Amino acid sequence: MDTGTVSALEFEGVSYQYPVEDFDIVDDLSFRVAPGSFHCIVGVSGCGKSTIFRMTNGLLKPKRGIIQVGGQPVEGRKGYCGYMPQKDLLFPWRPVWENVALPLEVKGGLSKAQRREAALAALEDVGLAGCGDKMPHELSGGMRQRAAFARTMLTGSDLLLLDEPFSALDFLTRLSMQEWLLDQWQKHKKTILFITHDVEEALFLSQSVLVVESTPIHVLSDVPVPAPVPRDRSCLKDPAMVELKERLITLLRKQVEA
Amino acid sequence: MKQACKANLPALVFLFALLILWQAGANGMDAAYILPSPTQILQKLWELRGPLFTVHLPATMTVTAIGLVISLVLGLGLAVAMDLSDLVRRMLYPLVVVSQTIPTTAIAPLFVLWFGYGIWSKVLVTVLITFFPITITVYDGLRSAKTEMVELLTTYGATRRAIFLKIKVPCALPYFFSALKMAIPMSVIGAAIGEWLGAQSGLGYFSRRMMTQLDGAGVFAPIVLLSVVAMAAVGVVALLERRFVRWRGES
Repeated sequence: MDTGTVSALEFEGVSYQYPVEDFDIVDDLSFRVAPGSFHCIVGVSGCGKSTIFRMTNGLLKPKRGIIQVGGQPVEGRKGYCGYMPQKDLLFPWRPVWENVALPLEVKGGLSKAQRREAALAALEDVGLAGCGDKMPHELSGGMRQRAAFARTMLTGSDLLLLDEPFSALDFLTRLSMQEWLLDQWQKHKKTILFITHDVEEALFLSQSVLVVESTPIHVLSDVPVPAPVPRDRSCLKDPAMVELKERLITLLRKQVEA
Repeated sequence: MKQACKANLPALVFLFALLILWQAGANGMDAAYILPSPTQILQKLWELRGPLFTVHLPATMTVTAIGLVISLVLGLGLAVAMDLSDLVRRMLYPLVVVSQTIPTTAIAPLFVLWFGYGIWSKVLVTVLITFFPITITVYDGLRSAKTEMVELLTTYGATRRAIFLKIKVPCALPYFFSALKMAIPMSVIGAAIGEWLGAQSGLGYFSRRMMTQLDGAGVFAPIVLLSVVAMAAVGVVALLERRFVRWRGES
């Protein structure tokens, strides 16, 4: 994961404590993410993986330590990462294109026509050509997530934080969205961090999986995925992958039972 | 429109049945000074159309309109202030609620003492009972904005102002229309109560004058007129709502 050049994301001795808890849920955590990589963070529910995201995107302030994105501390910066939460959060009162253009609208500086053009291009890019003037409720779950992804792309950031974006989708839609996301990643060369609790999803998507082995989080164990990039689903049947999947599941189950 | 008629058909049939029952009962009792029949009321409305429509209706509508506008400004202002500042909310919210425990009809004569028989004592009664539903409902609307949406916009670098305009206002809009639909009939009632207690013109005043003359139909005629006006106003708001809020019910 460490390439020696500027990291896309770097945690240095970061701690965080929720006001209602008496311990640091993230405790002296350090890790680096190389530009252009795709990592999944897996961990059991409530282990604090989302806390890592929320500190990265500035919604939470770490108690200690430094977080750098692209070599610069995040403190006081705006719009340096694209955050996509679990729910698509498309505003129901705006047509799809105006939802997708929200990051541009917030940033300012573009005319409405320019924003519309950018939004429609982003929508076409995610396979939603012609959907710009629809209202969000007219789209299916998978289409809504793709629109939310297009919105995230328009933040213009090189670092994308995706927090369980497919967990609410049905199984088949989820599979096709995973393949679609890998295509998008290869096309746009962004750095993607992807939170999931689905081990198979993590193995299929990432170059290496960052595993939360215990709470409080002291380390993210970097587990490389033994499969080539680009890949297709058949790699999941590979004995090395099956063995890794079992190992990760055992590891996570131990925490649930503990 | 056709659908709306169809949906309201049971209500209309039931209403019609009640009216017939009323008519029959009133005819049987034959005491128009206590219980006038619907046809007598309509007849009275027609006989009195001159003073009712040219003097008293405009007077009441003026009070209602001024009261409603002041209530809207006050209600929206309070709701926004309470949403923006926690201190303001803790300061005002209990007072706003307490203000509703004041029995308006009992205190209204005082307003007449203070402000005289002119328009402002009625406006005050109207405002006192109308600003409350607007304040509370719009405040709830502003609060209904989802934290996740606010957070998402925050990660895009949005200012508080941008969050207010892009999330809070659209979220509060359906609530605002609900508030308006409640507030219109209440402001009409407020104006009528105010006039009933002391005035020189207005439908409430007119109704009271008929009361002293034991003219049952004359008491009812302005009341019917008030109801019809309030219903029409609510209908207009409902149309506006359908135009501006296309997403109610979907979250």
